[in-house]
Amino acid sequence: MTAVADRPARSTASLRHRLAERGVDSSLWLMVPALVFALALFVYPFSYGIGLTFQPSVATQEQWGGGILANYVAFFRDPFVFDSIWITMRLALPAALFNVLASIPVAMVLRRRFRFKRFMTSVLVLPITLGTVLTAQGLLIFAGRQGWLNRFLIATGLVDQPVQLVNNYTGVMFSLIITGFPFAFLLVSSYLSGIDPSLDSAARTLGAGWWQRFRRITLPLLAPGLATTFILTFVLAFSVFPSARLVGDAMGSTRVMSLMAFRAFGEQNDYAMASTIALMMGVVELIVVAVVLAWRSLLYKGSTGGKG
Amino acid sequence: MSALETPTTMSDAPQGSPPRARAAAGRPPGERSLAASPSTWFVWAGMAAFLVFLLGIIVAVVVDSFGRQWFDTWLPLEWTTEWYASSWDRFDLTHVVGVTVGVALAVVVLSVLIGVPAAYLLARRNFPGKRLVNVLFLLPILMPPITFGIPLATVMYSFGLGRSVIAVILVNLVPSVPFVILTMTPFIEQINPAIESAARMCGAGMRQVFTRILAPLLVPGILAASILVLVRTVGMFELTFLVSGPQSDTLVVAIYRAMTSAGGGEARQLVSAMAVMYTATMLVMLVAALRFVNPTQLVAQVKEARDD
Repeated sequence: MTAVADRPARSTASLRHRLAERGVDSSLWLMVPALVFALALFVYPFSYGIGLTFQPSVATQEQWGGGILANYVAFFRDPFVFDSIWITMRLALPAALFNVLASIPVAMVLRRRFRFKRFMTSVLVLPITLGTVLTAQGLLIFAGRQGWLNRFLIATGLVDQPVQLVNNYTGVMFSLIITGFPFAFLLVSSYLSGIDPSLDSAARTLGAGWWQRFRRITLPLLAPGLATTFILTFVLAFSVFPSARLVGDAMGSTRVMSLMAFRAFGEQNDYAMASTIALMMGVVELIVVAVVLAWRSLLYKGSTGGKG
Repeated sequence: MSALETPTTMSDAPQGSPPRARAAAGRPPGERSLAASPSTWFVWAGMAAFLVFLLGIIVAVVVDSFGRQWFDTWLPLEWTTEWYASSWDRFDLTHVVGVTVGVALAVVVLSVLIGVPAAYLLARRNFPGKRLVNVLFLLPILMPPITFGIPLATVMYSFGLGRSVIAVILVNLVPSVPFVILTMTPFIEQINPAIESAARMCGAGMRQVFTRILAPLLVPGILAASILVLVRTVGMFELTFLVSGPQSDTLVVAIYRAMTSAGGGEARQLVSAMAVMYTATMLVMLVAALRFVNPTQLVAQVKEARDD
């Protein structure tokens, strides 16, 4: 590629070579299948969906007015739909925050060497395979009114009568933590392993205590990675759908956005409204992601580790 | 980049050997263990609680699937295996499992065929619009599945593909291809470009370089990516649910439908039996995956690729 530069050819080869110098050559054909795929299955449907949001059904137009913007008017005016944003946030933000914060100490403990390290890591990662549907079924049985958890709580005298742990907010929260924590843990521990341990040793040599080392060395280096982990965990928790329906209270305290979008899609066959809710879901999520990213850009991202 | 990073990740230096800690003059000996001990116990207690929940959920489903008359007791009154046979017949699981396996294999093969060449270009070359292409492949992973799933499903239905197996395969490709690209990029970066140059010097064309040089070297990476895509596809609920119908349901969707079907859902034990079969399959795949990839390392590498 570099040898071509000093050849003063002016034929058709010249263009090809000049293009090749900029990285455009026949091997770019390798990208074609992936691009076709992305355009056909992602870009086109997505733009089609955006277009669809401006073609409200007659019923929506009559009920909410607003011409071609009727879907958006309905979204913002209809409290049943609009409140689902807060309901989703109230589930996804605490769940993502908990998962990230809880995985820091766990990752730090599991970073040391001990006998069952690999086993422990595998067990913590295991719930990834369970999936939300099975977790829901398990929670319904385990934490239900006659489940082992309630039996145990009653047997030990902690409570007098069964606690309602499923079919409400708590149930969905449990499910989000069980499926989300392993993911956050995986990411945080991989960021943690990117921090040079000699920094910690150096701080210890200088007499820094446990808390000082964490506060001044580990945390600043880990923070960008934590932000990334938070984003990815939040994305997972934000699109919660099966568990909100199965272990939640689908029409009440866990009426999340994805449920509303699916209700419009599958039950009311109002594709335009469904696309609107889905699109707004993406917008809300992107706002949160953008805020976290903006905060992350203020953090230290040196070469010393953290891999943020 | 990742090749350079690997030694740091692997070294995992021992955390302060006791002799050196004692040698730090002036510090009370054993300062570390005193300060860290309560918090370490706290972390272990938290992990234990998580594991109890996890185990409770899994065991509850398994016990439920083998039990009969399990209401107000710690364990079922009778044990039976008939739930498995009846749920196999009741939900026509031969068909469902066939669809699940077929869809998963098709998605794996297609996403590897589409994704690996693209990953090669993204890892090796610079070309105009590379950043744009990167963003294009990142979006489907960052967005909530419902956001692009609903417009995509609408397009599928308008093309008359709704409820068909083809639609299920196509929909599942959307997050899988980017996932293959992200997973494969670090694997490709680790291959020495000199090997390819040598093959070129010896007169190999692009296709020969790919089939004779890269493909054999990439087998571990392709295997890892394939297994991860397989696990993801089998576990993917949202997207499949949007386009599948009775004849094209995968196992997860079938479980969900059984849990939510009109009239309070199917008998709980039938669903449990189905869920146990699902988890067993996933577990086998996860164990296979863990043999080929170290999860912590993989995420670190994926992360680095993501940041570019």
